[in-house]
Amino acid sequence: MSIFVDDDTRVVVQGITGGEGKFHTEQMLAYGTNVVAGAVPGKGGQEVTGVPVYDTVDEAVDAEDADASVVFVPPAFAGDAVFEALDTDLDLVVAITEGIPTQDMAKVNKRLSEVDTRLIGPNCPGIITPGEAKLGILPGNIFESGDVGLVSRSGTLTYQVVSNLTERGIGQTTAIGIGGDPIIGTSFVDALEAFEADRDTKAVVMCGEIGGEDEEQAARYIAQNMDTPVAGFIAGRTAPPGKRMGHAGAIVSGSGTGTAESKIGALNDAGVPVGDTPNEVADHIEDFL
Amino acid sequence: MKLHEYQAKQIFADAGIPTPDSRLASTVDEVMDAVNEIGYPAAIKAQVHVGGRGKAGGIEIATSEAEAREAAESILGMDLKGYTVDNVLVEAGVDFENELYVGITMDRGEGEPVAMVSTEGGVDIESVAEKTPEKIAREHIDPAFGLHPYQARKVVFEAGIPADVAMDVASILGTLYDLYESKDASEIEINPVMITSDREVVAADAVMNIDEDALFRQPELAEMEDEAAEDDLEAKANEYGFDYVRLSGNVGIIGNGAGLVMTTLDLVDYYGGEPANFLDIGGGAKAERVTHALDMVFADENVDSVVFNIFGGITRGDEVAKGINEALAGFDEIPKPVVVRLAGTNAAEGMEILNKDLVQVEGTLEDAVQRAVKNAEEVEA
Repeated sequence: MSIFVDDDTRVVVQGITGGEGKFHTEQMLAYGTNVVAGAVPGKGGQEVTGVPVYDTVDEAVDAEDADASVVFVPPAFAGDAVFEALDTDLDLVVAITEGIPTQDMAKVNKRLSEVDTRLIGPNCPGIITPGEAKLGILPGNIFESGDVGLVSRSGTLTYQVVSNLTERGIGQTTAIGIGGDPIIGTSFVDALEAFEADRDTKAVVMCGEIGGEDEEQAARYIAQNMDTPVAGFIAGRTAPPGKRMGHAGAIVSGSGTGTAESKIGALNDAGVPVGDTPNEVADHIEDFL
Repeated sequence: MKLHEYQAKQIFADAGIPTPDSRLASTVDEVMDAVNEIGYPAAIKAQVHVGGRGKAGGIEIATSEAEAREAAESILGMDLKGYTVDNVLVEAGVDFENELYVGITMDRGEGEPVAMVSTEGGVDIESVAEKTPEKIAREHIDPAFGLHPYQARKVVFEAGIPADVAMDVASILGTLYDLYESKDASEIEINPVMITSDREVVAADAVMNIDEDALFRQPELAEMEDEAAEDDLEAKANEYGFDYVRLSGNVGIIGNGAGLVMTTLDLVDYYGGEPANFLDIGGGAKAERVTHALDMVFADENVDSVVFNIFGGITRGDEVAKGINEALAGFDEIPKPVVVRLAGTNAAEGMEILNKDLVQVEGTLEDAVQRAVKNAEEVEA
């Protein structure tokens, strides 16, 4: 079992003709993902690595019976691309694009509340169910099928923690990068809820970082609703207030909200051990299994 | 990106928000010319991105030529919490009866903007929010529709703004939202809005932060970025397109991906060192970018040792190794010891290419950080 994606997922790639889109379509196909279509305005009728391209997402979904999309569209047009995807019958939209203006995302967020589609991202590495499907840019070779769910705000930190797990022979049900922007689709709570409902997920790793209050909300959710054990990691303990640490969302405000201290405290109060190093997170997970 | 007060005020004034008559000055003579035109009393205000400028001596009120000259001489060139004051705003003093707060920011939890109004202006609004949150009225804004005029009136009345100026304050709030949206602001506030003895409202300060991800469609604001930059190295990072934050320690840090770079900083601290910077080379970096990153960290004189931590997803280990070799090939002697850890995509190819005579190689994140911390301690000792 897994959450959100598996080997039945049929994927349309928005922006498939761009450099990133083409490269990662090849990678996704090589991993075994069913990439069934591409969507790029004005490129309908072409093929990219054997995948048929359509002018609109709607056409691609109709013609190829797709149920998920991955967005590789540049930031200036990505908000529009996500709107386009949300106006079709897709179940899942994964937005990889980094640097979408926050106000564009506020409008997308409003539309999300009106539709049933799930959005993952933006500014995220995507989602992978090892051995079945990956939607995004995660390096497939570090993952292994297994019992542990992983949800993270950061891409490369996910890779670090996953490699610490895989090196010990601990595989993953699904790993999901929810993205480092201030406004994102799927939250920690959404992902934790799905892992809790997944019978095969025996433990969950949650990698948060400074900024916002999503980790605190997740801690409350875990305390009240989860039987599956969770181990945590929080990046940004040494970040100074008022400075954006790379991710648009990773900033401790002047008033002191969004600090690593507050997040670690909330998680500990919810019974979640938080590792001082990524390797310590793997120690905790090993203890759970 | 934070605009300076004078930049934000110009934008407010152009949009029709009443602001005091003002001039920007960078020399004592320019300050004296400005006060002669504006008259007394005049406020002389340091233009740096530092909170609590007034308390730190960065704002003086002059009621005479002698006072104006004295204020100009003391403020221009002064060090305000680590920032040198190059410019001051000379502004007509306002005879006020009340100070209000008006602002708009993004509520991350709700995913939509929120307008805030309070009668407790002129003080740090965050401490008001902490101690007496009931004194700030809030109204969430549907980003699809914008701020309805009724919402602006509602939040102003809820805040208890005096009736005779309430409609003027609501009008300012409406204009602020138009600017927030049209200029892609992440935060916009006036603290204080002053109510004068003639019952006029005036924006006595101006804060405007712009969403950096939207600068591509805000060319006029993007041009202000250089003027707004404060630190030479941070300005250089802008030029190279790096996410860079300068810190006070001596272990230089380069990595890919915000979360992993933050983690590397945290581990430096955990193992007893002090991070000198945050530098994210981003995803898919080519050799030249890696070279620029090393040059930048070497250019920071506080740095005694460097750790280079790459976990390749889109970024390829062989490109990183090439970049490190190229950066170090230019030196007769490596200026600061560099520890490299490569994992992920093409890490093995990278290790083949990497010139191991020039760098120290470690296999895990923990080992790499501990070695870099030790290197820094040895340089210090």
